Amino acid sequence: MTGAVAAAAGGSCHIFSGCGFPAPGLQDFVWTPLFTIGSFGFTKPMLLAILAALVVIVFFWAAFRKPRLIPGRTQSLGELAILAVRDQILRPSLGKKGDSYLPFLVSLFFFIYIMNVMELIPLLQFPVTSRIGFVWPLVLTVYFLYLYLGFKHQGAWGYFRNMIPPGVPYPIYIILVPVELLRFFVFQPFTLGVRLFGNMFAGHLLLTIFTIATWYMLSLSVGLLYAVGSFALAIFVFLLETLVTLLQAFIFTTLTATYIASSVDPAH
Amino acid sequence: MSLAANLAASQVLNINIGAVAYGLAAIGPGIGIGLVFGHAIEAMARQPEATGRISLYMWIGFSLTEALALIGLVAPFIFHYSG
Repeated sequence: MTGAVAAAAGGSCHIFSGCGFPAPGLQDFVWTPLFTIGSFGFTKPMLLAILAALVVIVFFWAAFRKPRLIPGRTQSLGELAILAVRDQILRPSLGKKGDSYLPFLVSLFFFIYIMNVMELIPLLQFPVTSRIGFVWPLVLTVYFLYLYLGFKHQGAWGYFRNMIPPGVPYPIYIILVPVELLRFFVFQPFTLGVRLFGNMFAGHLLLTIFTIATWYMLSLSVGLLYAVGSFALAIFVFLLETLVTLLQAFIFTTLTATYIASSVDPAH
Repeated sequence: MSLAANLAASQVLNINIGAVAYGLAAIGPGIGIGLVFGHAIEAMARQPEATGRISLYMWIGFSLTEALALIGLVAPFIFHYSG
């Protein structure tokens, strides 16, 4: 277990009993390993990440193992999933000729979504993407993909030249060139990762604060009223997180499609 | 200001500078998100058949703006533990 959760659950630390509020913080995102192999500790977030990957793989394998013209239940669910990603995420940015990126975007979207939604499932209750180490590999994959596609489709010098819009007066180049270089090579991947991480980190922190506060304020006095208020807020944050988990997966995948589109087809 | 001076300032005034930092960081995105949704609602009212396309861009704009507020929320944790 982690810091404040263990402190709250392991004692009778309630309000008005003299002990302070065991505030959750960064220590709640650090997990003691479930088992160690040498010096490599296998923690719960790693288990949840593997579980998320397995869920996505097994679902799509089961849906399209024996595809039929009149789909059964699992196949129509899988078709719904793929068509939703294709029509809402891929087609607006890449258009019809970008359909070859559909497998990548479908896997990316559902993997991120299942990892995010681990925050809300009882007994699991930890969004894997709230540890930034799980976000950076996804970001690096997208980063190297759009850089590789940019250099492949526009040529090495053409990629840099297409970052600057034409018809710009010469003094503007002094700020425009560094800004555009920084945007493509630093800011885009950085904000892509930190956006997903920050949303999940803040959401998990909020949920932890309100649930620990509900437990902490549960004493036979006016504390019960506080606990009810805190519980209502915990429910509200839970409902908010059901939206945020889906939205952040959608945004990550949409921005991936946008970056791929600007590498493949820099018409602007 | 160095980290030591930062901590000294919050000791002297007994304020949690991380909370102040988030409060300041939330001003801009607050205005920005209001603008995004306001203009999107106006656009949807002017042309209801474009609602799907407009709401797609509305959600994209919202998350780009919200990202800045959330970076402001996690920045005190980052700088506190890496100082």
